[in-house]
Amino acid sequence: MRLYAVVAGGAFRRYATYRTATAAGVFTNTVFGFIVAYTYVALWDARPQLGGYDTSQALTYVWLGQALLMACAMMGGGFEDELAERIRTGDIAIDLYRPVDLQLWWLAGDLGRAAFHLLGRGVVPMFLGALAFDLALPGSLWTWPAFFVSVFLGVVVSFAMRYLVAMSAFWLMDGAGAMRIVSLAGLFFSGMLLPLNLFPGLLGEVARALPWSSLLQVPADVFLGKHTGWGLVEAYAFQGGWAVVLLLAGRLLQTAATRRVVVQGG
Amino acid sequence: MGDGTGTGTGTGVGTATDMSPATGAGGDGFITLDGVEKVFQVRRRTGLLRRERREVRAVDGISFRVARGEMVGYIGPNGAGKSTTIKMLTGILTPSGGRLRVAGIDPSRERTRLAHRIGVVFGQRTTLWWDLPLRDSYRLMHRMYRIPDRRYRENLDRCVELLDLAELLEVPVRQLSLGQRMRGDIAAALLHDPEVLYLDEPTIGLDVISKAKVRQFLKELNTERGTTVLLTTHDLTDIEQLCNRVMVIDHGRLMYDGSLEGLHEVGESERMLVVDLESELPPIVLESEGAGGGPALRAVKVEGPRQWLAFPAAASAAPLVARIAADYPLVDLSVREPDIEAVIARMYESAP
Repeated sequence: MRLYAVVAGGAFRRYATYRTATAAGVFTNTVFGFIVAYTYVALWDARPQLGGYDTSQALTYVWLGQALLMACAMMGGGFEDELAERIRTGDIAIDLYRPVDLQLWWLAGDLGRAAFHLLGRGVVPMFLGALAFDLALPGSLWTWPAFFVSVFLGVVVSFAMRYLVAMSAFWLMDGAGAMRIVSLAGLFFSGMLLPLNLFPGLLGEVARALPWSSLLQVPADVFLGKHTGWGLVEAYAFQGGWAVVLLLAGRLLQTAATRRVVVQGG
Repeated sequence: MGDGTGTGTGTGVGTATDMSPATGAGGDGFITLDGVEKVFQVRRRTGLLRRERREVRAVDGISFRVARGEMVGYIGPNGAGKSTTIKMLTGILTPSGGRLRVAGIDPSRERTRLAHRIGVVFGQRTTLWWDLPLRDSYRLMHRMYRIPDRRYRENLDRCVELLDLAELLEVPVRQLSLGQRMRGDIAAALLHDPEVLYLDEPTIGLDVISKAKVRQFLKELNTERGTTVLLTTHDLTDIEQLCNRVMVIDHGRLMYDGSLEGLHEVGESERMLVVDLESELPPIVLESEGAGGGPALRAVKVEGPRQWLAFPAAASAAPLVARIAADYPLVDLSVREPDIEAVIARMYESAP
């Protein structure tokens, strides 16, 4: 376990070394936050209580989205480009020499990255947003830890999906196409464009049931106090369920890929 | 074994193994290969939908033993099967046939268990954390191999001292030069006290000073710790300075296994004496002094006052130089060592 703690710590510091990039990212998140916030203000002015949110809750949703965009890697980003590149160049062979579990190794690294992005890219935009707008911050102190548990589960689900995509590089050799598709899907189905609650009918049902909703929709609803008591347990079960299923699928694909490498060479 | 091994001089695989004293000891070596094969299936499109399956024998029945504490050079041209062999030895490729054991372990079955006992260094790839200081990568190794704290500190201190890493520990790996990075990589592979170290082109791209440092360190590692070392290289000097034993592989077969001098004999390799004379002279030829017959040295190229003179690699250059200096107006000279590709090429020609 200590190994994976070192990996996570290393990943955290690795992202922390690029301070200018972080500052630029914070700036981008803030600017986009303002643009989307004013769009939502207009929308909720025309249709109050849209999706069950009042204007203040909708604005909170916007800033949560900006704060979690990088942490939950909704549009991709983080380790998968690197892993796919290692597979393409054959550097993955080095990883196989090591007495470590490939999936846990990368998961630990991604958790370290997410922790940094939550602090480095999340706190400041959220704070600025709270200064400029009247946000619906949690009334109960217990909502905060509940929210962070949900974010953690969201990161794991996000990791598991991106791990699957990166593993596909073993067969596709170039994972860029698959990554593009997943990043677009992530943008929409995480609820980054509009809360998934707004979508009526089948599309809404499907969007809310897909794993991407664990990335933003579920944590945001926990933050806004929409899931409490058994509802909270249900929300966790939804995220945890997807995490387990996707991690297992990744493991299956990893086993197949390793066997392929071991038998067929690079 | 293939026809390439019986080279007429009797220094083929079988006898060569007996020649090196370390390998003869004990029935089973530390690293043991018996008729190991690796066959890849390659599919190639031949028509619109038709695909042709072809077999590529990357390793075609290799057998050898390496005793504990030996330092062996594993050489051959590109695509000869060197890397495939190393991959099988570390367990990331399963052999298609034959038996393979490292420290009594079947690598492909127990890769993780074996990983604690081996170290691997690639000249062209790094295991270090790119964006972080060197020290962080070592901390990672500490946990990855579950090295006891005291041993970790001792080993790190030793590597830092011998490989001159003290000033580099806090530098991010991406800022290191190739030579510095290589030394960093070697240290990373040794912190868990591996019993055997595989080095794939450890001196590739390094300058003379860095090469010397790496070689010196490997030599000390081998004599002091008794670490078994298997290295692949294109640099014959690596072999000359480090290895008592050299194995040559080509087309997936072991062509030669024995001492480096023996290889020169088998390959009938020649060294080159480049001499600058005072003026343009006809090509120099020296007859051998004994009753052997045939020239001891012959000119292969003449360019103005400069002549390229070939002589057998096993012969000493000193008496030849003395004779030339006595008979010709010699201004300057240098000796060039044969390169391994030429030696192997000649081994082929001389094979029946």
